[in-house]
Order: sequence, then structure tokens, then C-alpha cells
Amino acid sequence: MADKPRIKLPKEAAKGEVIQIKTLVAHVMESGQRKDAQGKPIPRKIINKFTCEFNGRPVFACALEPAISANPYIQFDAKVEEAGTFKFSWTDDDGSVITAEEKIALKA
Amino acid sequence: MKAINRRQAFALGGGFVMLTLMPMAADAEVTNDAAKWIEKFTGGKQPAKGKISLDLPEIAENGNTVPLSISIESPMTAESHVKEVMLLADGNPNAGVATLMFTPLSGKAEASVRIRLAATQNVVAIAKMSDGSLFTEQKTVKVTIGGCGG
Repeated sequence: MADKPRIKLPKEAAKGEVIQIKTLVAHVMESGQRKDAQGKPIPRKIINKFTCEFNGRPVFACALEPAISANPYIQFDAKVEEAGTFKFSWTDDDGSVITAEEKIALKA
Repeated sequence: MKAINRRQAFALGGGFVMLTLMPMAADAEVTNDAAKWIEKFTGGKQPAKGKISLDLPEIAENGNTVPLSISIESPMTAESHVKEVMLLADGNPNAGVATLMFTPLSGKAEASVRIRLAATQNVVAIAKMSDGSLFTEQKTVKVTIGGCGG
């Protein structure tokens, strides 16, 4: 997947504020249920795990099944107590991992 | 059309009784292994109703992307928070949809995803709290165009 994941979150937050994070990654999420023109089943290829960490501590994770739509969109919240870095990862069925990072600062 | 004899009439009547006795009163029926998923997640414990608000469209025109939002009442502190939420669709080829894992750092037990629904069916959410208690909620979604196969 050449496309960069799209992540939306505020640049800065007050201490203790709960912010909303929206993520979207380009992926076919092939369910394994569909058949090609020859009637052969198309093998499953999905993102089966999404994780979000903040300064090395887990914030949110999600195990995904084929029932998740193509280009998985995941929205969740995070409580910000300190400035730091969010790390996101999407794990593919084939073992490859898409990662991204976003920094957040504390409001002065 | 042929006239039905006594034996067939009996069979028909029996069928009707079976249908009306079915526990699922809704028009959607369970067609997959949802019960197994629930068993595995809850360990046989009966989840209570409440605490969860599950937001899904009543009618989904396109089963390929159905927006789903969930929020669970919880203070989300280290002592009391939502640990895991399992989402199931009982009419899809596979019951599993997603399992969300929250931590106190999540701040709020809220999430949105977009899901695939093959046909009109129930979407079930079961939440596991940090103290081990379980809560459940379900919604029926009418699907006009299915989101699997094709």
C-alpha cells in the first residue's frame, strides 16, 4: 500500500483533555468471500489489527474481521496528559505493517 | 395447485408452530456462528442490558459501508474502565466484525468504524468491563444491497 494513512487529530491539547482521533488507511480489505471472473474464490487479505500507542503506552487497539469495510476508517478518543507522540500501526494478513506517527503538544 | 392431503396439512401446521416458537421474534434470523463467538467472549456468563449506546442506521442502502458508532458509559479510570468490546453481525458469513480494546488512556469508551453487512440482520455489541461485568446491546439493520460476495 503506497498510500499514506490519513490521520486527523488536534496539534495541541490541554492537559487532561480527551481528544478525538480519526484514522483512515487505504486497503482493499478483501473478505475472502468474493469470487473472480473464473469463479475461483479471491483469497482473503485484510488488515487484521490496528493499534494506537501514546509515548509507548497502549491507548486503543482493534482486532478487525472481514466484515470491516474497504479503506478501514477508525475513530476513537485519547486522553492527553503530556506532550508526546502517537504511534499507529495497521497489520496486514500477509504480515506487513503500515505505521504512522503524529505529535501532539500541550497548550501553554 | 394440488390439493393437500391430511399428512401434508399436519406437516405444514407443525412448521408454523415451530416458527412461532422460535425465540427470535425479529425478522432477522441468526445464520452463522455468532453464538460461538459470544460464548468465547463471555465465557458463558450472561451479559446485562444497558450502558452501551449503539448507533447504526435503521436502513442501510449499501451493505458495503455501514457506519457504526458505539459509546459505553464508563468513568474510564484505572480502577473502572471498559476493557474490550466485541461487535458481531449475526447474518454475515462470519459473525465477527471487530473487537475494540480500550485502556484508561482512551479517555472515553467511544469508537466508530464502517462495517459490511450481507443482509438484513442484527448487530450485537458486548462490552467487558475491568471488573469483569458484561453488558450487551443489539440493533437491527435493514440492508438493501448486501455487502458480501457479488
